[in-house]
Amino acid sequence: MSLQMRSTASADAGARVFDLSAAPVRELNAALHALPPDTNATLWRVINPRGLHAIAAGVDAPVTIEVEGNVGYYCGGMNKQASVIVEGNAGVGVAENMMSGLVHVKGDASQAAGATGCGGLLVIDGNASARCGISMKGIDIVVKGSVGHMSAFMAQAGALVVLGDAGDALGDSLYEAKLFVRGSVASLGADCIEKEMREEHKALLAEKLTAVGILGEVDIGEFRRYGSARTLYHFHVDNVSSY
Amino acid sequence: MCGIVGLFLKDPKLEPELGGLLSVMLGVMCDRGPDSAGFAVYGEGTPGLVKLTLRGPAGTDFAVLGAKLGHPVVPRDTHAVLAVPAAEEAAVRARLAAIAPEIAVVGAGTRMELYKEVGLPVDVARRFKLETMRGTHAIGHTRMATESAVTTAGAHPFSTGLDQCLVHNGSLSNHAGVRRELEREGLQLKTDNDSEVAAAYLTHRMREGESLGAALDHSLKDLDGFYTFVVGTESGFGVLRDPIACKPAVMAETDRYVAFGSEYRALVDLPGIDAARVWEPEPAKVYFWDRAA
Repeated sequence: MSLQMRSTASADAGARVFDLSAAPVRELNAALHALPPDTNATLWRVINPRGLHAIAAGVDAPVTIEVEGNVGYYCGGMNKQASVIVEGNAGVGVAENMMSGLVHVKGDASQAAGATGCGGLLVIDGNASARCGISMKGIDIVVKGSVGHMSAFMAQAGALVVLGDAGDALGDSLYEAKLFVRGSVASLGADCIEKEMREEHKALLAEKLTAVGILGEVDIGEFRRYGSARTLYHFHVDNVSSY
Repeated sequence: MCGIVGLFLKDPKLEPELGGLLSVMLGVMCDRGPDSAGFAVYGEGTPGLVKLTLRGPAGTDFAVLGAKLGHPVVPRDTHAVLAVPAAEEAAVRARLAAIAPEIAVVGAGTRMELYKEVGLPVDVARRFKLETMRGTHAIGHTRMATESAVTTAGAHPFSTGLDQCLVHNGSLSNHAGVRRELEREGLQLKTDNDSEVAAAYLTHRMREGESLGAALDHSLKDLDGFYTFVVGTESGFGVLRDPIACKPAVMAETDRYVAFGSEYRALVDLPGIDAARVWEPEPAKVYFWDRAA
């Protein structure tokens, strides 16, 4: 086990430091998976992540895990309860299938960020590339930059908030997820339409911005709301020739 | 799944380290493509000479072959580099085919040398002593075969023109049709591999007078399928991802180099990587660097 106590730097006071250049990810994750619900080891600091995959995946404990650098695929995947803070960029599928808790990427995220997430909050300070929030099922995703093409594809529930722009085919084949975009949208996907921003939607957006701590910094009036036209929900006889 | 690495140096002080840096990058990408590996290195050139990279069966005595051909040869494992006057290239190729039909010419260039073999990428790099090679830019590939067999000929890079090479992660769906058109235009393809079709397509466009950047732009219209390409020319280095961006790509740039990796993991040992600008190349956007520019 490569754990050491580090108490010299005030930011790291009491943190369990795990050095991924000295021990494999499997060992880190095994230690995190073994944490009991009432653990006192509530702050972990992971150093030398070197773009490795599956860092802090499958954690189910109320702890904070800070990762000092760029991570590879599926960081924070299947997360429950934990707060995973990535001080860098994240590779494909960050917070994939998250159930609860927080994943915060301070840099950019690659494709399929928050894919199939069922709950919790994913915050990306930079940009997210293609298919952000694909098939999201209840997770909330706040991207402070822009998102790539096919974001929120077949998204079922939860909210995707984008402070920048969205790429092509936003919300293609969307179900009931709520999409808020402050900038431009390159194009909307099949069955995704712009919808009226009523008071309840402003309140919902305010709640998400509050969760990220930027409510006062962003003008809610600048956002537009997109959702499902619900025309793909049921078979329509006019489409019979397509089958 | 395959792995791609590429390194284009801006700082000449790094040139002696090119092979060493690339071999580390290639080694990290072993688990994306354990079948076979290859790399092209743009090193020293001599005005008026063309370097032919030859590949022969294990045990080939390249010194004897070079003596027969009357040109200097530098062997490296199953490959060797034969330096011939540019004016004699066609004659040497014809004589080689006549006296040693088992020898393949895998690449030709004023500066490019190209090596590829079946096997674990770290072993392939070690066999060819990649870590000792110097140069201005280099491209490497680790292969997990999908569209054609695991053979040395099917390994990447593919070179279909002087100093040109291409590596590919993905698979093309219209390569048979494009191949027929290229063959009608007189290009000769050596394998059934879809990636060789992409290489030949770019060679054809550049022969028609296009820059590498323009040829890559054109391929967005004519090549169907999924792909991340990294290509090299005598002075240039280009990257293109298909519009859907199925295949991963990460780039890093500092004032000393531009680097490409299928994953960020491949870049972590580059000098100054912590301060590099790291980004994901956008879909359907041509990225192109040229030393002459």
